[in-house]
Amino acid sequence: MTDLLKLSGVHTHIGRYHILQGIDLAVPLGQVTMLLGRNGAGKTTTLRTIMGLWQASSGEISLAGERIESRATPDIARLGVGYVPESMAVFSDLTVKENLVLAARDAPMDDKQLEWIFGFFPALRRFWLSRAGSLSGGQKQMLSIARAIIEPRKLLLIDEPTKGLAPAIIVALIECLKEIKRKGATILLVEQNFFAARELGDNVLVMDNGTIVHRGEMAALAADVPLQERLLGLSLEAHQ
Amino acid sequence: MTDIAATDPLPKPKRDLAPILLPIALALVTIPLIGSPSTWLTLTAASLAMGMMIFIMASGLTLVFGLMDVLNFGHGAFIAVGAYVATLVLAPFAASVQADSLWVNLAVLAPAALLSMAVSGALGLVVERVLILPVYGQHLKQILMTTGGLIVAEQTMYALWGPQIIPMPLPTSLRGSFIFGDVAIAKYRVLAMLIGLAVFIAIQLVLNRTKLGLLIRAGVENREMVEALGYRIRRLFLGVFMTGSALAGLGGVMWALYREQVHASMSDELTVLIFVVVIIGGLGSIGGCFIGAILVAMVANYGGFLVPKLALVSNILLMVAILMWRPRGLYAVTSR
Repeated sequence: MTDLLKLSGVHTHIGRYHILQGIDLAVPLGQVTMLLGRNGAGKTTTLRTIMGLWQASSGEISLAGERIESRATPDIARLGVGYVPESMAVFSDLTVKENLVLAARDAPMDDKQLEWIFGFFPALRRFWLSRAGSLSGGQKQMLSIARAIIEPRKLLLIDEPTKGLAPAIIVALIECLKEIKRKGATILLVEQNFFAARELGDNVLVMDNGTIVHRGEMAALAADVPLQERLLGLSLEAHQ
Repeated sequence: MTDIAATDPLPKPKRDLAPILLPIALALVTIPLIGSPSTWLTLTAASLAMGMMIFIMASGLTLVFGLMDVLNFGHGAFIAVGAYVATLVLAPFAASVQADSLWVNLAVLAPAALLSMAVSGALGLVVERVLILPVYGQHLKQILMTTGGLIVAEQTMYALWGPQIIPMPLPTSLRGSFIFGDVAIAKYRVLAMLIGLAVFIAIQLVLNRTKLGLLIRAGVENREMVEALGYRIRRLFLGVFMTGSALAGLGGVMWALYREQVHASMSDELTVLIFVVVIIGGLGSIGGCFIGAILVAMVANYGGFLVPKLALVSNILLMVAILMWRPRGLYAVTSR
């Protein structure tokens, strides 16, 4: 399997803090790679470093064979990387429509793609002309994901999409991400919710203290309760 | 944790009308206090004209503040430069300025204003590249750099034009007043109101009806996410900075014509007013800036008439009152 994204020996400092301490990881093309770990392990920093929002102090990051660690965030986005931050970061002063108009960077929104998105997120159609700031947390998350997939992207970086959402919305979100996966998307997904991770992941990386401490297939980790407890401090059953 | 399902209906977004009603309420409250309707109308027209001029000067600064998070204490330099550039155009065409025809007056006034905007905008380009670019994200250094820039600009103007006040007479056709019964409204004030309103409408159209405007509004709120969507926000910053500088230049020309004089420190009295407007309007909010400018002008005019001794502090009192009511200004756009 070809790797779409590769990180080799990536270190990131934020101020005087040494957050990423030599990350090596690969995200295979067309697969969903889960990035798990406790709070403060460096998962969000890894995504932000890939996206160029924080500069890697050293190491190599390559996307489809092209080095990107020195590139500016807009250039990385234009290489086909979609980013859904943990904070969702919808533009609350703009309407749902305006948020998506901005996300469709290179051309007017594709009607078919929009209908496909509305199929999963009917709320976005209903609140098309409402200010994004007035949406509920779940609806904002839907908008944030819709913004990342309104145009075809090579790679999606998604940071804790289920955080703080009601169980019913989490289920809907998982179904949507499964459909995106079925369309062949390559996704690096940070997730604390182990149930969601098991449902979506092909591969798994577990982080601790700024390093990757485990890599393998998601199914293998899901089946190994002692390993889950050792790596994550909890078992899948705790999330059932 | 939210318990709202994705399909649940939303409450309808409420339009926040309270700030819009504020100047109307202020105007109505002062009617009985002022007593004479004609005086009240004259003061109101003066307030609206002054408010529009302050709005033009402050609108660029609020976008620069809100979008770029840049504290530009040198904004006033663009105002004075704009005014001086206009004198360079108007002086050789004094005959056209003194002509009785409105069209002849406008034929010389319009190029003067456009050239002032162009020069102020170009100066904005230099200031952004030389003074602002190295200190993005560092507020203290921004204050030092832009204040230093203002001092250098003022001293350069003193060196070029001298310390004396340069007269800048109003064109003949803009002198005098429109008389409605016993109400007199200065012609130039009407022109200032129209230009201010046109600038406000133009900015609103750009911000609300174009993708560029969407980018600016989105950038005011979360520039990091705008970059993550693939837009080079630095170029946008530069464009906004230059536009803000050009508008300050236009405001400088209008203010100089209003006062009929130009001098290098003319922006000193305005800078405080402009910052008050930007702060009470809400950083980055053009609508807030528009209402804030009218409020500041109303307080200055009504206050100056009713309680002259309060005139010096009236705008600070207004700012305190507004911030106690809405700590992030009339319309909060950024989280700063």
